[in-house]
Amino acid sequence: MKHVELMDISKSYDKQTNVLDEINLSINKGEFFVLVGPSGCGKSTLLRMVAGLEEITGGVLKLNDEVANHLPPKNRNLSMVFQNYALYPHLTVEQNILFGLDVKRVNKKEQKRRLMETAEMIGLSELLKRKPKELSGGQRQRVALARSVVSEAPLCLMDEPLSNLDAKLRAHMRVEIRRLQRKLGLTMIYVTHDQVEAMTMGDRIMVLNDGKVQQVGKPITLYNEPANTFVASFIGSPKMNMGKAELFVENRQIKVEDKLTFHLSPSDLIHIPADKKTMIGIRAEHIYPATEQDATNYLEVVGVEQLGNETIIVFEELGGHLWNAKWPGQWAINLGDKVPVNISVQNFCFFDAENGQLIQPAYQEQNQEQEVIAQ
Amino acid sequence: MNTESAMPFEYNQVHFEELKKQQRKKVFLKGLLFLLPSLLLFSIFIFYPMIRTVYLSFFLTNQAGITTVFVGMQNYIDIFTSPIFMKSLTSTFLFVLFTVPGTIIVSLFLAVIANEKIKGIGFFRMIFSSTMGVSVAAASVFWLFLFHPSIGFFNKILVTFGFDKIGWLTNPEWALASVSLSTIWMNIGFTFLIILGGLQSIDSHLYESANIDGAGFFYKLRRITIPMLSPTLFFVVTVSIINSFQTFGQIDMLTKGGPSNETNLIVYSIYREAFVNYQYGTASAQAVILFIIILIMTVIQFKLGERKVHYQ
Ligand SMILES: Nc1ncnc2c1ncn2[C@@H]1O[C@H](COP(=O)(O)OP(=O)(O)OP(=O)(O)O)[C@@H](O)[C@H]1O
Ligand SMILES: [Mg+2]
Repeated sequence: MKHVELMDISKSYDKQTNVLDEINLSINKGEFFVLVGPSGCGKSTLLRMVAGLEEITGGVLKLNDEVANHLPPKNRNLSMVFQNYALYPHLTVEQNILFGLDVKRVNKKEQKRRLMETAEMIGLSELLKRKPKELSGGQRQRVALARSVVSEAPLCLMDEPLSNLDAKLRAHMRVEIRRLQRKLGLTMIYVTHDQVEAMTMGDRIMVLNDGKVQQVGKPITLYNEPANTFVASFIGSPKMNMGKAELFVENRQIKVEDKLTFHLSPSDLIHIPADKKTMIGIRAEHIYPATEQDATNYLEVVGVEQLGNETIIVFEELGGHLWNAKWPGQWAINLGDKVPVNISVQNFCFFDAENGQLIQPAYQEQNQEQEVIAQ
Repeated sequence: MNTESAMPFEYNQVHFEELKKQQRKKVFLKGLLFLLPSLLLFSIFIFYPMIRTVYLSFFLTNQAGITTVFVGMQNYIDIFTSPIFMKSLTSTFLFVLFTVPGTIIVSLFLAVIANEKIKGIGFFRMIFSSTMGVSVAAASVFWLFLFHPSIGFFNKILVTFGFDKIGWLTNPEWALASVSLSTIWMNIGFTFLIILGGLQSIDSHLYESANIDGAGFFYKLRRITIPMLSPTLFFVVTVSIINSFQTFGQIDMLTKGGPSNETNLIVYSIYREAFVNYQYGTASAQAVILFIIILIMTVIQFKLGERKVHYQ
């Protein structure tokens, strides 16, 4: 059943330029929906329109299958974590958390119970008597989160609720939020900048850029079959390597940025699109380390990032961008070395050279997936 | 080995202490330098007159204000046994009691409605704050017309509805209330502007969050607006109280302290003692009393306020 439905929703602050442009979207009951996009693309605006804090310029917003454009925030039955927390500076943490319950005249015993549960879960039990100004940034953010969690409203809007927490706490909160959301069957719209958060938490992800929807889908779909070059470079870390490619059918060759040449097998020729000029993308983990024998190309190393369990190797510029490879384990490589790598055309995603739309995703991945299913 | 490494450490410690001391001295001198102009002005225009007033209050004076006889506390004893001064004190307290809450409540109400985001609200803001731009003298003349026994607006209304005319400024039962009313009107502009400024500095996200929770207008007023406004309100209350105690202009213009001393507020009483009766001694004593009253009120306020006021 649909919980939130946006039909041709547009938003303009100055009546001239659209901050959001004809957004169509429907979110099901109990779904964890993640909204990602670069800074200033309109994520908060979208959230605020769903909450009823911002006028909707055009289109129809439906909540529970009823038109809700005109509903005041209090009749939408939702809770929200503000990007800037919006804590009441004159109230203690406890009063801040209980503000909403107090408004709704929930009885004191129930308030106490929910307060204790929430504070325990979010790790605020020790801080209940403090004022917001006596808290660190991350602690404040957790109070904002607690305020939303404690209300148990069926629709929950969160605007970067974990952005200020350390990695460990963030991982912990991710799990807790997800667990709570499942337990209470909440519908969640969750804004984040964090790749990992988006990929691990979301049932579905929407990528927004410049007020336009780029792609909506399952995290793994977005990763494997990005709808356009924007999504390809936005989802995944390090970002997908991109380059202009030119196909020479007669030579059975494909050339990337006039530097890398790949020979095409007959099966490759069947699979790859026949367009002469395309944009290709390849994930960092698909640039494999190679020996002299199976090397397809040699690339100059300009940077090495040791992550402990894996190593990110930064290669020379290709088409104006540095290329990255992600290799498991620890690799001792000197800057300036030309290292042999193995790149397979099967791992290429092809995009239209003009408009950047996906022509064809990497086909090896599809094969692998099928194999896994077959097994 | 241990002592060797400890020696330079100790030396450093002492050295630092000395440096710190020097720095503190420098900062102190610098601060003093900045204070000097205002200290100078304060001494000439505030401290000297204050001390002079206290000094005068222990003497009898001639018409030119030259001290003649030292009388000690006699001036104080005289004024506290004088029914006129006691009347003046009660009138002053009543006046403060009428005007301060009146001004604050009306201004707060106006500021809250003027803080809504409505088209043309700027016009209303200007109107509400406009009394700030009217001098006491001009405003008093305006109110004189309103209060006029025969052609005044108020009495005309009363007559229209079939009531008897009221001597707003001549009837002892009404005079203080009338003066208070006009004073409230005159003070609204300033108070309104300050409170509106305070309201506008409250983060609108707080209200948005409360709206999502479903809080109503009065709930938000009670739990967000008033507490967040408390520093501003505190300031306004303090200034209003001091202002009210020092009211002079409208008394002089509207009633001249009459009828039968009903509106003889303390500053007006001081003025009359000094410049009509030439009793500089008793006038000074009254001034000292006023100073002490205001001092006590302000101290009490700060003591109470510290607990209630929320500073960001
Ligand atoms: N009140 C406003 N008036 C005018 N323009 C606004 C207003 N609020 C936001 N904008 C503009 O709308 C666009 C989208 O803003 P929004 O806050 O939704 O971005 P965002 O995606 O949440 O960014 P971030 O990730 O940095 O929080 C921005 O270009 C911003 O400048
Ligand atoms: Mg935002």
